[in-house]
Amino acid sequence: MSGKDKEKKVKVDHFIEDKNDKVETDVDGVKDVIDFNKLKSGGFVKQKQKDLFTVRCACPGGRVPVEKLKKMTEAAEKYGNGYVHLSVRQSLEIPYVNYKDFNHLVEILGEADAKVATCGPRVRVPTACSGCEYNPNGLSETQKMAEMVYKKFFAHQCNHKFKMSFSGCPFDCVRTNTMDLGFQGAVVPRFDNDKCIACKICSYACKEGAIKADEEGRPVYIEQNCFNCGDCIRACPTEAWLEDKKGHIVRVGGKHGRHPLSGAVVAKFLPDSLVATVVEKTLHWYNKAGEGKGRIRIGDFLRNGGIKDYMESMKDVFGPYAVKNPREPEPIKTI
Amino acid sequence: MGKDISSDKSLDVRGVACPMTWVKTKLMLEAMNPGEVLDVTLDSEDAIRDISKNAKSEGHKVIKLEKEDDHFILSIRRG
Repeated sequence: MSGKDKEKKVKVDHFIEDKNDKVETDVDGVKDVIDFNKLKSGGFVKQKQKDLFTVRCACPGGRVPVEKLKKMTEAAEKYGNGYVHLSVRQSLEIPYVNYKDFNHLVEILGEADAKVATCGPRVRVPTACSGCEYNPNGLSETQKMAEMVYKKFFAHQCNHKFKMSFSGCPFDCVRTNTMDLGFQGAVVPRFDNDKCIACKICSYACKEGAIKADEEGRPVYIEQNCFNCGDCIRACPTEAWLEDKKGHIVRVGGKHGRHPLSGAVVAKFLPDSLVATVVEKTLHWYNKAGEGKGRIRIGDFLRNGGIKDYMESMKDVFGPYAVKNPREPEPIKTI
Repeated sequence: MGKDISSDKSLDVRGVACPMTWVKTKLMLEAMNPGEVLDVTLDSEDAIRDISKNAKSEGHKVIKLEKEDDHFILSIRRG
């Protein structure tokens, strides 16, 4: 990419909150001032229509407590256009809000501690599936992780947008491979021969060809085919298949949009306890790599050798979970 | 597998789509007494996986799987 192209890319996102100014309003004779610094993190997205914005509500992990939902509905009824829109990142959006109503709308949301999300060059609200709480395939506490990351890192300033997601299993429903940083639950199975009754159920349960039954009906495990989904563990009637290690597959540098990238797998089976540190140190590396360079996503810094520097800086955090010599984020062909 | 286990009930879910394979199996198991064995005839590997997982998570015990020509018989002891 030439310097000129990068220059162009820097100017892609325009949001009103970047203007840093105050706007005077006059609603029914009551004068007020909207301070976009006070509204701080944005989440008010300019529409085509004059003076109208889409208000993006923060819904970490796509989970919306009913009390908050009621206030979002109330706000939409009063200041929207009769409907809400569910964004692709699990946020509830209220379109057609006049900027003069921002303060009132934020007040209504605030009654249930509901918040406006963010836009622009910041850490976005993380997305997540339902995870192991009630999804039978779930392997990680995606909702708890999303909530924790939201509380700790929401709206932190970055060079560009920074999106995270938490998938509970290798189905990867919330697409960790196209996130700036993604965490996907995974498990390594372990076999206890003494408990096996040679029923062959695991060999049928495994859809990846990682378990074949031998002549006696006992499983032969083919590690390179293993998807780390845990179907064998759940299907085994005698607990001959057990969890060996469980944690997150960590992907970094993915993105969708104009030039999508598939993120690099940089750590495997990382425990929950390290997630916050990984986010913090990754943001730190990103901010350092991006200093003075404008709106460039982390994936673009990781390409052309950047990944080596990233892995070096993450060495102490990833520890034994680090992937040796990971490939860099790769372009996803769309045409 | 050792000695043969005789079944108390049998159920044929061939041609039945998920999740009804499990729902039918579950209803049959619940109508049985603890310790009794149900033989479920199935024709898909997905059903083997799903019924095994669900039976286990609801406290029943899968005791064997047999392949016969173009179908399988899964034996489950009611928990």
